[in-house]
Amino acid sequence: MASVADRNLVDRRDGAGSGLAAGTARRLGEAAPWVVLGVLGVWSAVALTEQFVVGIIVGSLYALAAVGLTLIYGIARVSHFAHGDVMMLSAYIGFFAFTGSVAGAGASDVTLPLGLASLPGATERIWLFSFGYGLVLAILIAAVAAVPILLAIDRAVYRPLLSRGASTAIVAVSSLGVAIAVRGVMLLVWGPSGRRYSQGIRDTVELPGLPRIVADQLFILATAAILAMAAYVLLYRTRLGTAMRATADNPDLARASGIDTGSVRRWTWAVAGFLTAVAGCLLALQSQLSPELGFVLLLPIFASAILGGIGSPHGAFIGGLVVGVIGETTVGAGWIGPGYKLAVTFVVLIVVILFRPGGLFGSRS
Amino acid sequence: MSGTQAPALLAEGITSGYTEVPIIRNVSVSVAHGEIVTIIGPNGAGKSTLLKTIFGFLRARTGRVVVDGAEVTGMPPERLVRRGLAFVPQTDNVFGSLSVRENLTMGGFTLGAEMEQRIERVLGLFPLLAPRLRERADRLSGGQRQTLALARALMLDPTVLLLDEPSASLSPVMVESVFSHVAAINGQGTAVLMIEQNARHALAISHRGYVLANGENRLEGPAAELLQSDDVRRLYLGE
Repeated sequence: MASVADRNLVDRRDGAGSGLAAGTARRLGEAAPWVVLGVLGVWSAVALTEQFVVGIIVGSLYALAAVGLTLIYGIARVSHFAHGDVMMLSAYIGFFAFTGSVAGAGASDVTLPLGLASLPGATERIWLFSFGYGLVLAILIAAVAAVPILLAIDRAVYRPLLSRGASTAIVAVSSLGVAIAVRGVMLLVWGPSGRRYSQGIRDTVELPGLPRIVADQLFILATAAILAMAAYVLLYRTRLGTAMRATADNPDLARASGIDTGSVRRWTWAVAGFLTAVAGCLLALQSQLSPELGFVLLLPIFASAILGGIGSPHGAFIGGLVVGVIGETTVGAGWIGPGYKLAVTFVVLIVVILFRPGGLFGSRS
Repeated sequence: MSGTQAPALLAEGITSGYTEVPIIRNVSVSVAHGEIVTIIGPNGAGKSTLLKTIFGFLRARTGRVVVDGAEVTGMPPERLVRRGLAFVPQTDNVFGSLSVRENLTMGGFTLGAEMEQRIERVLGLFPLLAPRLRERADRLSGGQRQTLALARALMLDPTVLLLDEPSASLSPVMVESVFSHVAAINGQGTAVLMIEQNARHALAISHRGYVLANGENRLEGPAAELLQSDDVRRLYLGE
């Protein structure tokens, strides 16, 4: 005898679907984006190997930044539109730590005698990389520096707004203000023109079965992979990480369990800041530094987080790789001009969201 | 449980609400050690507001909350759990995206080395959770979820367990099992303060009860007497 209550239980587990056919159709619809992305991924890896590899490298940086973005969204409840600019600011902090240079009057730079590059042997190339240990240290400094910077921004802007009951829209717009302010600081201190970490020739390496790639890109890929793994271990194997996921899931229940959600929030900013700063420095190593680049980066990073299911760290990581590969393969294959890279990415994003409103790994669709 | 011992929980003269207008006024309840106390009352009587105020989610405008003789008025939930209070909300009372085991470890977040021992103990009380430790909580059935919610709240071995309508939205069979769980928890010495729509069932396992109406204390007494009271029978038991 199936009581009404029993049916409610079944319905709740089945979501909105009523009847077997509707359930199957829904499941097919939800599986479709996975199948299509999987087929496209394998095909581009075979047919457009070179672009695919570059896409993975660029995508791994989107992925790191998107993991930070998605954690901030899920736990600190901020749609962080300043993320791209903070990423670029970190790249500049790395640049400053390395060279000691800031923009002076006119077109000339003022170089303070405290750059890591002036340490003995700091610019001697490691292996085939274009840089020495000085830059590695500078990236580390930038990553550590991002933590207090983001904590201060949260303390000064987002937390006061949230504690006064500001809506997510208001907090999001305030982060846009932070983005503009951060960009202003970069323009003021380092000037509007582009810069690079190193001017030297970039060696390439050949890996078995793969196209030649720049040695620096191997460094980028390895660093991104190590950090992604570290983030996974933190989130899924430590008590702090579990508390972070619990707080994202249900903040009131987290408090009722004795979790200090304020402290979890601060840890989230710290972890997200570290990941994002490293991503920014590596992106600058891959291309260049420019104050305007931060906002350009924001869009693919948001696309990555939303594609994966906003709030889901592994979703953001996969999303970053997908966005990177789509951008590089469609442009690299010469089908369309480079100016449309983001447009293609967003078309894919919209199509995926139409089938799976919660994103690839979204729990609430 | 000597007569001079401080009650496990005392909420005295509580006035509270979400806005300027208070929902409950000057409400008092107490729970002795080892007791099950049920608060009944019509929808909108302020039962949930009272529980949320006791547990620090809402600020009491007047009155005080005392746990085991120590004043805890105004303490936030994350500190109250260290003082021996535990709370199971009516809905969203498990971490759906976490595994059953993770739900239990979060329930015992403040524990150190005793964690595994406590998990074993809680599983001893609710053996049906044991084979599901690795499952995501949102894959559990409604009844299993409610059991996990109780188990999570028991991880810190609270002095008083606060339950917000534990039987709401459960099938009749599950209602039976949840109330037998509550009785079993109480059998281990934990005092329980619950609010319930299912007045008859809840009072049947309770020692004492309160009736709340329009945000004020209306009646209180031994559960058996409330069950016999004409007012209660007419208003809340549908007779």
